[in-house]
Amino acid sequence: MATSFLRRRPAIRFNRRQITLWSIALCTLFLVAIVFSNRFIGDTGLDPALTQRNQPPSLAHLFGTDWLGRDMLTRSLHGMSLSVRVGLLAAGFSAIIGTGLGLMAGTLGGKVDAVITWIIDVFFSLPHLVLLIMISFALGGGTEGVIIAVALTHWTSLARIIRAETLQVNSSDYVQLSYKFGRSPFWIARHHMLPHVIPQLLVGLILLFPHAILHEAALSFIGIGLSPHTPAIGIILAESMRNLSTGYWWVGVLPGLLLLLAVQAFDTLGENVRALIDPKTSQG
Amino acid sequence: MQLGIAAFILRKLLRLALLLIAVAIFSFVLISLSPIDPIDAYVGADMLQISPEQRDIIAQRWGLDQPMMTRFILWLRQLASGNLGTSIIFNQPVSTVIGSRFQTSLQMLAIAWLISGALGLAMGVVAGARAGSWLDRAIRFYAYTLAASPTFWVALLLLLVFSVSLKITPICCATPPGVLTRDVTVWQRLHHLILPAATLSLIGVANIALHTRQKLIEVLNSDYVLFARAQGESLVGIIRHHGLRNIILPALTLQFASLSELFGGSVLAEQVFSYPGLGKATVEAALRSDVPLLVGIVFFSALFVYTGNLIADLTYQIVDPRIRIGKSS
Repeated sequence: MATSFLRRRPAIRFNRRQITLWSIALCTLFLVAIVFSNRFIGDTGLDPALTQRNQPPSLAHLFGTDWLGRDMLTRSLHGMSLSVRVGLLAAGFSAIIGTGLGLMAGTLGGKVDAVITWIIDVFFSLPHLVLLIMISFALGGGTEGVIIAVALTHWTSLARIIRAETLQVNSSDYVQLSYKFGRSPFWIARHHMLPHVIPQLLVGLILLFPHAILHEAALSFIGIGLSPHTPAIGIILAESMRNLSTGYWWVGVLPGLLLLLAVQAFDTLGENVRALIDPKTSQG
Repeated sequence: MQLGIAAFILRKLLRLALLLIAVAIFSFVLISLSPIDPIDAYVGADMLQISPEQRDIIAQRWGLDQPMMTRFILWLRQLASGNLGTSIIFNQPVSTVIGSRFQTSLQMLAIAWLISGALGLAMGVVAGARAGSWLDRAIRFYAYTLAASPTFWVALLLLLVFSVSLKITPICCATPPGVLTRDVTVWQRLHHLILPAATLSLIGVANIALHTRQKLIEVLNSDYVLFARAQGESLVGIIRHHGLRNIILPALTLQFASLSELFGGSVLAEQVFSYPGLGKATVEAALRSDVPLLVGIVFFSALFVYTGNLIADLTYQIVDPRIRIGKSS
């Protein structure tokens, strides 16, 4: 959808497939740059420099500096890098759970299907954030707590999609024939279902990332996530709360903007990969 | 017909019971597995002052020396009789705390829910009716951006603009400081809940606007709309007579289903604005290891979301002439 904003540029005319490919390339580049940014900008901006406290954004410090004189751009990039990596890991685990349970529900059917569908319903009937807080709290918070909490709560929508997809394939002739040949449900799931759901899985996985990152940031923001000593994006925003009334707006606004951009890059990436994989839209 | 409604209610109650049992098992297992020692959490700062014997007495009194199954059944029995325990940080029964906190949140949630629903529907209709125009692009851009924004950051921006820079809204809390609860006027209450409610409305709009837009475009591309147009019906007329009827039902379901996200959003918004509602209580309970309160809130939020979905189901039955309870389905 976001590609439509690019389409209005008159000078160079791309067709839709080219725009899709360019969007994918640009978003990937942006996200890879964020993940590895902490490697090549180094730690120099993170040391307190008391002579340069609370400076508004300028050319030397694009995001300004905080109350210890640390460069906010460096801190934000380090924070985003950490948050994205935590999000990727948690969403990856979540996708594995979702795929496994979705395939099981679709292939085995009957009671297994009923139980898994019911578990998904139970997950949907609790506010997501409350569930996250509860699991994260029970695990004693910290990085592992957040990763496990996010991983355990984001698989439901993906599992639903995979289940529906699998149910469809399950009734097709070649799968029925495979059963008649005495193949086990596991073999069928592995050889007939899995290849079939991989496109859905890929798109689902990419679209899981933004949720995972936003929820990690939210948990860290309220103080149940990553420890206050790590430079996670949620921690930076929580710190900025203390400086709000003093008028240092850049400490909160700009890191949040970076988070928003990263989340949107993931969304755009997911939508465009979906458009590319779907035969209805891939050649347009 | 009468029998149909009875069966419908019975089925819903059964599902609710199953859900609550699942939540109970889930909470119990999580809390039992957690590394947080209940006695340490209860004793808190006095940890050094109590002897192992005293710890044993507390453990015995709380039944912590019993096996897990016995404890679960004991706890379940208490739950069934409506006893959620005592909140450690508020030193009051959990149900009392949840009741009073929810009352504070309720006005804010209700306002946010109504505004986001009405505004989202309106935006979706405008965008759908003028699909492809700059207005449609603007609305879609807004919706996609807001859907990707962290709730707490939007709250933070509003706070910066309206409370810090313009100074037209209060910076925190639900009532002015130093004023007794009974002296607070309705206007002051409203004044304090504007920003949290605005945060939740601004974000809540996105989903329903995009959904409504999609639905309306589908309707406008249908054959019966083509026919209406051929008969000379205006766009406004088409939307009024054909569009809204088809849009309003899914929008209603979506809006009731959004109660879950609204509740989650209120946790973050209340945290930013220090609004002493149920959301803030959730964070406090988790940060200060108040297990009874946290578990109570988990139960309450499940009930809250369930009620929302139930109302959506019921309105469907009433509003939609095609689905009626008791008809063969």
